[in-house]
Amino acid sequence: MFAQCADPKALEGLSWLMCYLTSGKHLLFYASFGTVLLLLAVTAPLALLFGFGGAMASRSRIAPLRWFGKIYTAMVRGVPDIIFFLFVPIALDQGIEFLRSRALCDNPVSPWQGNEFNVCAAAKMPLSTSPEWVHEGYGFTLAVVAFSVVFGAFAANVLYGAMNAVPRAQLETAEAYGMSQRQVNRRVLIPQMWTYALPGLSNLWMILIKATPLLFLLGIQDIVYWARDLGGAKTQAFSYPHPDWRLYYFLAILVFYLLMTWVSERVLARLTRRLSAGQATMGGEALRQAGPA
Amino acid sequence: MIPCAEDIGNYALRSVGIGERLLPRSDFTLCNQVTLIGSGMIWNLYFAAMALFFGFFLANALAVAKASRSPWARKPAEGFVFLFRGSPLFIQFFLAYQALVMLPRAGIEVMGFTVATSWLTKAWAGALLVLILNTSAYSAQIFHGALMSVPKGDLEAADAYGLTGWAKFRRVTWPTMMRLAWPSYTNEAIFLFQATALVFFSGFPAFQQRGDALYYASYFADKTFNPFVAYPIAAGYFILATLVLIGLFGVANRRLNRHLPGATRGLKYRPQLLR
Repeated sequence: MFAQCADPKALEGLSWLMCYLTSGKHLLFYASFGTVLLLLAVTAPLALLFGFGGAMASRSRIAPLRWFGKIYTAMVRGVPDIIFFLFVPIALDQGIEFLRSRALCDNPVSPWQGNEFNVCAAAKMPLSTSPEWVHEGYGFTLAVVAFSVVFGAFAANVLYGAMNAVPRAQLETAEAYGMSQRQVNRRVLIPQMWTYALPGLSNLWMILIKATPLLFLLGIQDIVYWARDLGGAKTQAFSYPHPDWRLYYFLAILVFYLLMTWVSERVLARLTRRLSAGQATMGGEALRQAGPA
Repeated sequence: MIPCAEDIGNYALRSVGIGERLLPRSDFTLCNQVTLIGSGMIWNLYFAAMALFFGFFLANALAVAKASRSPWARKPAEGFVFLFRGSPLFIQFFLAYQALVMLPRAGIEVMGFTVATSWLTKAWAGALLVLILNTSAYSAQIFHGALMSVPKGDLEAADAYGLTGWAKFRRVTWPTMMRLAWPSYTNEAIFLFQATALVFFSGFPAFQQRGDALYYASYFADKTFNPFVAYPIAAGYFILATLVLIGLFGVANRRLNRHLPGATRGLKYRPQLLR
């Protein structure tokens, strides 16, 4: 990156370290922190959406829709989330390739042949001729979907509970004002449920943060991947030989996560306070008695 | 003749190194998969049981320390809880493995004796250590919350009976704390049980292919390119074990609440997502 880093073997001490920490692979390592943040930024709203859909479906009057919602919310209970993280991407990938093989192959046969999964070249997803970034993007998308499905189920649990926790009297009052069911939902139920959902959703956010290193298991080049890659012992054949430093890389990751959870805790505490204002709950009552700040 | 008898003979204890040495390599039958994944559950049960047992005592000590007035006891406990609750278990496994591998292989000399260290890098000890520390941090938070919500009246009643110090804690404070914490603690136990599925996916290598349920499930899924059989089997085992766990904790819950009116109701399984 810098001109003086052209010959790393000649460097020593601090300047060696500076050149080492700005090498090309290290820049990729730093960028992978962005991957984690991107995953969080995309997954959180998507999971909330899935969860909202699941919770609404569980409350539905139409029986098949309600069953679907109930099954979806019950799915994550008792089964480790990691099983879903391993299962969903493969299942999704095979499902997509299966459907594409039906549409695009000349004489489609079942792709599950013995111990192989094979589709014709035209149905491969992504095509083997497509550039590297398409493959990476596809892998990342599958990971995002897996995270969203699992955390959507968690969120559906939380939101379903929150919707039931909104005082019945408030909904009845809205009905007495002549609002239709949809108006009650939109104007009262949904705005009111957040204060009840927030503790659960805060927890969920913390779990989500702490689940992001599992990206590594899905074959994404995330921070764990780079920490293992960069930290492993390097012989003299490398530009920057060093012994096994994985411990220090993992320590850096640990600090990153501690910071993330610490900041999140602060922000969420503030948000809880904001949402409790004016609510008929203990938190709201405490705020009311404290008087205007 | 029991179905799968041959597979059960060969693979039922494969995860602890008894039975057929080679894993099945082709023609994977359903029997193969059910038996071998079930065999892997031995490790999950081992990790969960041991971590819960040892973690329980450590968590109690931490919770009391966290509620202590002396900063010398409180600050370290708070730091410990923050460290283990604030970082992913996955990273803790990696970090612990790297740190334990760094210990001198020949052992450490302590006053003329050699303390062996190599066993710490094995999953049965190293991963267990991480799980114990992790669960005790989460449980300590739960117990601390319960300790803070022990009714004042109970403590005043204890004072009135002349109970002080250790006797007061053992006979009044602690049982009430347990009673209040139990539903959340059940939830934590379930999460810990699920977390045991991470052990062989993080740092700690599976020695001679002796792994846990998920290790074998992913082995089959990789070999057959078919995730629709092995993972649901593993999921089924986990659901079954979770139900047993809830049953056991329900028994304890009934005992803790036996003096209360209307305590006959069981423990409801409603995951509170406390992690």
